[in-house]
Amino acid sequence: MTAVLDGLALVMQPDVLLTMLISAAFGLFVGMVPGLSATMAVALLVPVAFTLSPVAALATIITCSAMAMFAGDIPAAFLRMPGTPASAAYTYDMNDLVRAGRTGDALGMSLVSSALGGILGAIILMFGAPLLADFAINFSSYEYFWLALLGLSCATLVAGDDALKGWLSLTIGLFLSVVGLDFVTGIQRYTFGITNLQAGVGFISVMIGAFALSELFRKATTSHQAHPKPRLDITERPLPRLNSLWQQRKHIVRGGIIGTLIGALPGAGADIAAWVSYAISKRFAKQPELFGRGSAEGVAGAATANNAALSGSYVPTLVFGIPGDSITAIVVGVLILKGIQPGPLVFVNSADMVNAIYIVFLLANLILVPLGILAIYLGRTVISIRDAILYPVILLLCLYGAYAVSNNMFELWIVLGIGILVWIMQENNYPAAPLILGLVLGQVVEQNFMSSLIKADGNFINFFNRPIAGVLGILTLVVWFYPIVTGVVKKMRSNEPINDET
Amino acid sequence: MLTRLATTAATIFVLSGGAALAEYPEKPISLIVPWAAGGGTDAVARVLAEGLKEELGVAVNVVNKPGGGSVIGHSEMLAANPDGYTLGFGTAELATFYWAGQANTKATDFNPIALVNFDSGAFHVSTSSKWSDVKAALEDIKAQPAGTYKVTGTGTGAAYHLAFAGFLKANGIDPLAVTLVPSQGAAPGFQELAAGGVDVVLSSLPEGTAMMQAGKSKPLAVFSEERIAAFPDVPTAGEATGTPFAGGTWRGVVGPQELDPEVKKTLEEAVLKVANSEDFKTFMNDKGFGVRVLDSAAFGGFLAEQHTQVGVIMNDLGIAQRKE
Repeated sequence: MTAVLDGLALVMQPDVLLTMLISAAFGLFVGMVPGLSATMAVALLVPVAFTLSPVAALATIITCSAMAMFAGDIPAAFLRMPGTPASAAYTYDMNDLVRAGRTGDALGMSLVSSALGGILGAIILMFGAPLLADFAINFSSYEYFWLALLGLSCATLVAGDDALKGWLSLTIGLFLSVVGLDFVTGIQRYTFGITNLQAGVGFISVMIGAFALSELFRKATTSHQAHPKPRLDITERPLPRLNSLWQQRKHIVRGGIIGTLIGALPGAGADIAAWVSYAISKRFAKQPELFGRGSAEGVAGAATANNAALSGSYVPTLVFGIPGDSITAIVVGVLILKGIQPGPLVFVNSADMVNAIYIVFLLANLILVPLGILAIYLGRTVISIRDAILYPVILLLCLYGAYAVSNNMFELWIVLGIGILVWIMQENNYPAAPLILGLVLGQVVEQNFMSSLIKADGNFINFFNRPIAGVLGILTLVVWFYPIVTGVVKKMRSNEPINDET
Repeated sequence: MLTRLATTAATIFVLSGGAALAEYPEKPISLIVPWAAGGGTDAVARVLAEGLKEELGVAVNVVNKPGGGSVIGHSEMLAANPDGYTLGFGTAELATFYWAGQANTKATDFNPIALVNFDSGAFHVSTSSKWSDVKAALEDIKAQPAGTYKVTGTGTGAAYHLAFAGFLKANGIDPLAVTLVPSQGAAPGFQELAAGGVDVVLSSLPEGTAMMQAGKSKPLAVFSEERIAAFPDVPTAGEATGTPFAGGTWRGVVGPQELDPEVKKTLEEAVLKVANSEDFKTFMNDKGFGVRVLDSAAFGGFLAEQHTQVGVIMNDLGIAQRKE
């Protein structure tokens, strides 16, 4: 209980509350601009978060991502295009509802259910994470090695349509994670005598390059296309009626639970949570025929799920220090830079901070409702800001942010290099998220692998002879070999008739 | 007339006297911190800068220059304009760059102003460990083949690793007899100790407080000449083994070599005054940092000693890129 009060004291600081408000406004703004994702909003905020206290930094990230997640629904409603990929599942429903004059059932519903989803996810996080942490305190480097490897493997499998392209993006990330001083011997690797590379490739610069600069390159090449103008007016009050909210209670609760669980899985984030919840809501809906053509049920289920997934993704991040998606990868990076190693010991050593995180989650989702209403009204103006004004400002934020973190010009070269690389990758449908996870988790995998081998005197069997390590290890091997085995079986079956003829 | 002349003369005298006093410092001073904002070194530097501002009457701005495992920030301190307006907050790592082949700067290349902090390493074991004191542990380590026991809590070549190796050597044991399992700081090291993967964690005493209170670890000895006030029950290395040994990590204010002696004197006095103040001591104690204050001359001797000691022990460990 004292830890809860300590946590509350940490949050109720003027600087924390002020940064929450500013990052909320920023998150709403970025989320509303089609094509700019919640991850990009967070990546641009990291240099600012970096100068704040750990709690203020996390509050910034949590608030900003929750806001951006909802704000993605605003262009979906007015322009029929999702502001962030997590709103894609129910974009048509939103737009058709607004066209029918039912703003309250579209944006209002998504606003209230986003807030409820975030709160539900936070409650599951509050009760689930400490239980998992008690269990994880006995984890050793063997378990962490497998956990990180499993996370990487799953993330790569679900990212993008083509698993092979995901693996390639991952290996680039893994390569970047090797640059710098060797963890065990202290020998320099791939530094080419450049002092700036001795501590490795700067994580924040890579984030900004991969998620912000690359997007600007993409925009620059397509800017001749006409800018869509919202033509729809807000005719109804922006909040849903209480009875229509009550009708959706089952979709909201189900969406919240599904969203949190999917968010907690490594690799599967808010986008997938929204799609899965949308599909499940359709199965249980009273009017499944309306899905895709203006269904308030679909909006309620999926809008809850994507915000709940944000909360859920903090479970593996805090308990194991293993991020599930690119936003929590940033969280881990910020925590480590702040001298806090996420893991089960955080719950022992920094209980007040963990409680502060829960409180921030609840608070951020509560202020989402009033700020969201404001955003619905202002949104139509914001989404028609001209690219020629918007994108140079974002470029400035990218460059200033990357420089400000270490006062070092060298970081700007990394931003540029990664920005060009990721732009080329994305133009060819290579996902960027595995690259970031590879950079962050690559070090975790390598360090735990080396530590384990040193502890085991080079004996590989120790990776399997602890019960949890064994289970995790076998799971990882299954994830790796399942596609290969099914592929071979398919190939053999299709070859069978030919073999019979010869 | 005379009085007016006298007043003018007095005015001129006062003004010129004032000007001479205002010679240094007359504009804000930058204090380079070679580690990221928000870390332990940054926190100490900011409190020190706050105190220096009061003493010197000008703003002292902390400038974080992280990167390259602190090589970048430390190199910048040496390359700074020696006008006294750019100083550095040096940390224990600066003595290792030369030997590790990360840079050509030796610890003796830095101009010592004052040392303000020293955190002694401590020998922590699990509460279920068979060793009840450090003497028994050392005998056991000596008796078993090399590599039987593992130590963690620190990175390869980091200050606590070198302190641990130095401690073994001082007690007549090969520094490689206990294998290092590198870790990113004390917290993952203590978790490893609780999970039973290693036998010893080497970290400062305050870093182990949470695990001691949870009844999962106990400190057997601290590598300092005197007991640490906050942990009166933990014996020093000398008391526990009969061989006095001090080792750990440290932080101090340094500058470029060509610093004007007058300017250096002013800075040294200001830093010593802040480091000896109650406010600074209270902050350090609350945050778990040890206070050890050395003036310029003593700090210079300390740096020279560090340079040779680190060279010897890194060569013993086989992680040096240069011979002594």
